[in-house]
Amino acid sequence: MLSFLGRRLGSGVVLVFAITTLAYLLLYLGSGDIARRILGQTASQEQVAAKASELGLDRPIWVQYADWLSGAVTGDLGRSWFTGQLVIDGVTTRLGVTLSLVIGATVITAIVSAALGVWAALAGGWVDRTIQFLTVLGMAIPGFLIAVGLVLVLAIQLGWFNATGYVGFTSSPPGWARSVTLPVVALAVGGASAVTQQIRGAVVDELERDYVRTLRSRGLPASSVVFKHALRNASGPALAVLNVQFVGMLGGAVIVEQVFQMPGLGQLAVGATTQGDIPIVMGLVVATAIIVILVNLLIDIAQGIINPKVRLA
Amino acid sequence: MSIEAPPSLPATQPGKKVGLLRQVLKNPVGLASLLVLVGFGLIALIGGLIAPFDPNAADPYAVLADPGDGSLLGRDNAGRDILSRLLVATQISIGAAIVALITALVIGVIGGLYAGYYKGWLDITFSWLTGLTMALPGIIVLLAARAVVGPSVWWAMFIFGILMSPSFFRLVYASVSSVREELYVDAARVAGLSDTRIIGRHILGVVRAPIIIQSAMILAIAIAIQSGLEFLGIGDSNTPTWGSMLKDGFDVMYRKPINMLWPSVAIGLTTVALALLANVMRDALERTAVRVRRPRRSRAGAPAEVPVREVTTLTHEDDERSAGRQGEVLLDVRDLHVGYDQPDGSITRVVHGVDLTIRRGEVHGLIGESGSGKSQTSFSVLGLLPTGGRVVSGSIHFEGTDLVTSSDRARAAVRGKKIAYIPQEPMSNLDPSFTIGSQLTEPLRRTLALDRKAAEARALELLARVGIPDPARTFAAYPHQISGGMAQRVLIAGAVSSDPDLLIADEPTTALDVTIQAEVLDLIRELQEDGDMAVLLVTHNFGVVADLCDRVSVMKDGLIVETGPVRSIFSSPQHEYTRMLLDAMLDEDGPVREPLTSGGQS
Repeated sequence: MLSFLGRRLGSGVVLVFAITTLAYLLLYLGSGDIARRILGQTASQEQVAAKASELGLDRPIWVQYADWLSGAVTGDLGRSWFTGQLVIDGVTTRLGVTLSLVIGATVITAIVSAALGVWAALAGGWVDRTIQFLTVLGMAIPGFLIAVGLVLVLAIQLGWFNATGYVGFTSSPPGWARSVTLPVVALAVGGASAVTQQIRGAVVDELERDYVRTLRSRGLPASSVVFKHALRNASGPALAVLNVQFVGMLGGAVIVEQVFQMPGLGQLAVGATTQGDIPIVMGLVVATAIIVILVNLLIDIAQGIINPKVRLA
Repeated sequence: MSIEAPPSLPATQPGKKVGLLRQVLKNPVGLASLLVLVGFGLIALIGGLIAPFDPNAADPYAVLADPGDGSLLGRDNAGRDILSRLLVATQISIGAAIVALITALVIGVIGGLYAGYYKGWLDITFSWLTGLTMALPGIIVLLAARAVVGPSVWWAMFIFGILMSPSFFRLVYASVSSVREELYVDAARVAGLSDTRIIGRHILGVVRAPIIIQSAMILAIAIAIQSGLEFLGIGDSNTPTWGSMLKDGFDVMYRKPINMLWPSVAIGLTTVALALLANVMRDALERTAVRVRRPRRSRAGAPAEVPVREVTTLTHEDDERSAGRQGEVLLDVRDLHVGYDQPDGSITRVVHGVDLTIRRGEVHGLIGESGSGKSQTSFSVLGLLPTGGRVVSGSIHFEGTDLVTSSDRARAAVRGKKIAYIPQEPMSNLDPSFTIGSQLTEPLRRTLALDRKAAEARALELLARVGIPDPARTFAAYPHQISGGMAQRVLIAGAVSSDPDLLIADEPTTALDVTIQAEVLDLIRELQEDGDMAVLLVTHNFGVVADLCDRVSVMKDGLIVETGPVRSIFSSPQHEYTRMLLDAMLDEDGPVREPLTSGGQS
């Protein structure tokens, strides 16, 4: 198990390195005359040259990259070109908001999809067909559209929840819960739909397996066979889908945050990308890649706990 | 002949007309989805031409104007005609999504064909691209790209197409890799067809339907992510799209919520219609694939219909050996009919009126070829028929109680406690995720109400009893860590753990090595004698029957054709089928021992 995790961690580090290298080269080489873009068309040639040398943009690209990378491994991702703010500060202050949403949505996805998936698999008939139909809809409708609908109906028409804004967990846990409820629901619909489909199919398959008949022949009640044995064997592939859905929800959060006007990574991303604030964009790429790699690792550990073949490999 | 299909998308038989479109049109959901999409497609084609106003012409005096004055849907926050913008936006949003689709198709399909057919570095490149797209949310990549390429929705969708190309690549690559080894592709090559012709004719034919389905899904995803991106307000304000219109509406949500409706409906309808269409197509494809597979599945899963043939059972008189088993009737099956419910409401019958009597302590062989209904009969006794199967009529009396009419609870109480089961295939009958020990102790604690310690002790004792050399180690092991022979012993230990009165052994040695078969049969015999259990031994091997059984029933086509004491059946088989089975035994290499002698002495 340890060597397995070591290998996965190693390949994760390589992947983050590859992503950041690729992103850096594309962003810096693709941006053309960056100093000119920052200063605008009215700036003189001298001003532009001075700005370029101030930002270190007059050096060869690989020197710039080596410089950025040596800072990055110590946690220094440079400064914003426009505000001078440290990139790492800009990212970390907003990370909590985004992670609140995505982790909340992931937990809800796991619980709801296990319940609905098993229900559909066991009930069959119209319950199964209804759940399957709803999951197709849930996967198809974009999360931000659901978010817009929720804001419109629940928050504005009915006034049930804080329509917009974010309350930090540390300042008021109930306020935090109220402020993240709607965005979490909007995010979780798509993920829960996908994972429900997976769990339903896997449980149906597992219940047809020989070991289920044998366990039942020993007098085990259906509840134990379904929830302890079949669900556990079905959860391996479900976790893999959950992993993919997490990445999707991380992306979805960027947009959903904007619907609810929450100060998360989405806000940072929109500002940085319209201005062309490349250091901030790089910071975002690094942060999301690391989050995804860490979640992959957590899923691998969970797979190891569930599946002895992985654990003992 | 089976084709390795990529996950969830079954490949069709090559050259077989699926009639996908016809099947979609027959399905109401499919038809509705298709109509919606055709409607949007038409608007996309002519939207720009029929727009009554310039979509970007702002009228400062008509900001948020209500419908009227030629503006059917009113005006937006800049005084622009909403209908005109919507018509043009449909063109741009769908067009840009198609750019993403075509990009993904071209890269993915060509790459997949090439890499699958010729192998080489391309599949490594694509697996890296997959890794990258899995590690970074698409929207983040597009936001980063926006910083470089500017606000163009076309560029964004082109880049998104590259990100989506691995999904087509995997589909095509998997199909091509398996198809290129197929005989008909070899034949085509031998016949002198060029590689291009082979790819075009034989390989694209196989993946065409899955590609169409995947395309619908990619289009839906592209529209969703494009709208999301545009909703962030980072697009070009002079290029109306559904996403940017939704953003404009969202900004005036409190004053004029209706402005959000139209773009929301457009986004929601297209994505849902595409997803439903993909779903209907996949269902249609799976139905076709299942129909092709049917004949092979009939042995393992739900059995095929067995024709009814009125046959009277030939019954032999008891001889001195079987006469020793004249005790109380333990199991009495009368006129048992088993059937499988079909989707069209009919019932496929597989057992047509079986009578079977087993006395306490008797070893009864149930012999017949595959599909004769032996297993279906024994699963009926256990109350564990596969999904869809049920006892249609007849009775199964166990110790005087009819299991067919008794409640689930009553049946569950008998199962495991009084009737136990040894399966055929040892490895698949152990739950791979739990240790051997926990799979033995869980039923013990449930059915015998033992505490943890006692159950553990009993399980270790049982493992030793069935001849496992190191019980403690096997107890702690997972199924994949033990051999097939060991696994069968574990299953036997589990079956006899509650001292059952009736043990149903379903071909308990078929899956084992010949050398182990005899050992396992010996073990079953010992356990039977120790506990004076009755055994229903399902087999297709007369050698095993001769070895163990007191009585035997011969099954054919869902009916028992001949029944009686083993010796009598062996010495004077009456039914032609019994004679045929006996003749076959002489050619078969069953357990290594003399037939008859050992059975006759006991």
